Amino acid sequence: MNEANLIKSSIKAGEIVVRNVTKNYGAAHFSKEVVKDCSFTIERGKLTVMIGPSGCGKSTIIRLLAGFEQPTSGTLELNGQPIEGPARDRLVLFQETALFPWMTTYDNILYGPRARGEVTKETLELAEFLLNKVGLRDFREKYPPQLSGGMQRRAELARAMINNPQVMILDEPFRGLDAMTKELMWEYYSALYEENRRTNFFVTTDIDEAIFLADRLLIMTNIPTQVRAVLEVDMPRPRKLADLVENDRSNEIKMEALSILHEEAMKSFSRGSKAAADFVDAYSKRMAKT
Amino acid sequence: MRNGKPPLIDSIYWRGAIAIVVFLLLWEMGSLSKVWIKWESFEWLRNTLTAMGFKPAYLPWVGAIPAPTEVLHAWQGVIRDPGYWQSWYMSLFRVMAGFIAAMLIGIPFGLLLAVSRTAHGVGFPVFEVLRPIPPLAWVPASIIFWPTQEMSIAFVTFLGAFYTIVINVVGGARAIDLRYFQAARSMGSSQRDIFWRIILPGTLPSIMVGSAVGMGITWEVVVAAEMISGGGSQIGGTSGGGLGFFIWNSYVGGSYEQIVVGMISIGIAGFLSSELLRWLGHRVTPWLRLR
Repeated sequence: MNEANLIKSSIKAGEIVVRNVTKNYGAAHFSKEVVKDCSFTIERGKLTVMIGPSGCGKSTIIRLLAGFEQPTSGTLELNGQPIEGPARDRLVLFQETALFPWMTTYDNILYGPRARGEVTKETLELAEFLLNKVGLRDFREKYPPQLSGGMQRRAELARAMINNPQVMILDEPFRGLDAMTKELMWEYYSALYEENRRTNFFVTTDIDEAIFLADRLLIMTNIPTQVRAVLEVDMPRPRKLADLVENDRSNEIKMEALSILHEEAMKSFSRGSKAAADFVDAYSKRMAKT
Repeated sequence: MRNGKPPLIDSIYWRGAIAIVVFLLLWEMGSLSKVWIKWESFEWLRNTLTAMGFKPAYLPWVGAIPAPTEVLHAWQGVIRDPGYWQSWYMSLFRVMAGFIAAMLIGIPFGLLLAVSRTAHGVGFPVFEVLRPIPPLAWVPASIIFWPTQEMSIAFVTFLGAFYTIVINVVGGARAIDLRYFQAARSMGSSQRDIFWRIILPGTLPSIMVGSAVGMGITWEVVVAAEMISGGGSQIGGTSGGGLGFFIWNSYVGGSYEQIVVGMISIGIAGFLSSELLRWLGHRVTPWLRLR
């Protein structure tokens, strides 16, 4: 298709380098360190997944990457240029939906081009193409509350893609979807990624989701967070859901990731975190089974 | 059991209709009996309560209120009186004048308070000091301030709706999800664009809620203001001073049926205004009724 090529050729995959970033909240004595001396690279054209215990500071990293907030110290750079504020080159898909409820699917998708006064014939064609692409052509005049959870996520993907960002940042985007829709969205999203190989940064707490999607897996420590380990998920694409269970390599990576996460949970457990207690408990049961 | 949605709407409709009929029937019976809740009918209860030191004279007496049929009869007479319709017109005019002014001033003012920290810092404390003053406490002052009585009544009705609208607009605008602003800014929205495409539509539901509540208060205020100020009767003649004055005049004239006619007229007028607003609300916030 013409538009498909058009998108593909226009994609400029970006690369983000995070160097020694620290982020504190609150003033003076009450200051809480959420991110501590954190460094990593979101490689060009790859799907980098960040996984870590909930409440560890992943969302803070997202706000820093998006430019909604500035780090207390350290630098974040996109293609060598410091990140100074929110911009269309780094678009965020938030937890749950952030579609504007007062706009139809179509108006939501066209939000970016209209905001920048860039509505051309090509943009409108691209909007049509994306509507088809995410399977929402029949829902173009519907408002977000009329869409299912999965449709909302797809509409939001289209709303981001029309702006042709260099990096797509996704903050636990499939949280809250039911198990079946979630798996469908994994397949849908990874196919979309494979098609255009944009730089993607995906944050999650779900280990299966992480391994199914990732090229590179960043495992985070508990709060104050930093990168604990980087695993290369060297499984061929396109991937199938069955691989998650049957593929030995996939299971190997999963075990490795889980044992690191377990160590992290044990540390915060000894510091009195209740959420960590749940994880430690679930992990030991799982290990007993295998 | 039920197939499709229409029966549900029907059953709600019928429940409402039956409730009104039953209410009217009870009222009719109570009135005609001339004794309902008057103590003669509850000898044992009266004795018990009197023994406890309670005076039966303190209790209301349904039998003293004109029956619905009598009210209807009085209404038939009044309907031919142009003065009655003049009252409707006067009250409606005052409500609309005050209400529309409250929307025109209140919505931008509320948005300004929500958007600008400076405006909030300067304007909100003054607003919060004035807000607890009941609109009716403004009646004497506004009669002195405003050149005509008509303007003073419209001003008091304006106040009734103004505070509610402003408070709702400020609250609504501030409750807009932060992520909408972040998403909009990321996609390249200017401040102006964010105002027109995020803040304004995001506040619309609260504007409609504030307006609906404000409209109710406006009717309360206009009727009381008309009673207190004499409803500008020197301009419009004895029955041309609005529905509030119509009631007061009927009371002074001893026509109890007409008092009830006036009351029900206000009920109908208030209901119609609310319906109009609800209809308008559905038009401007189509995404809300689709959940």
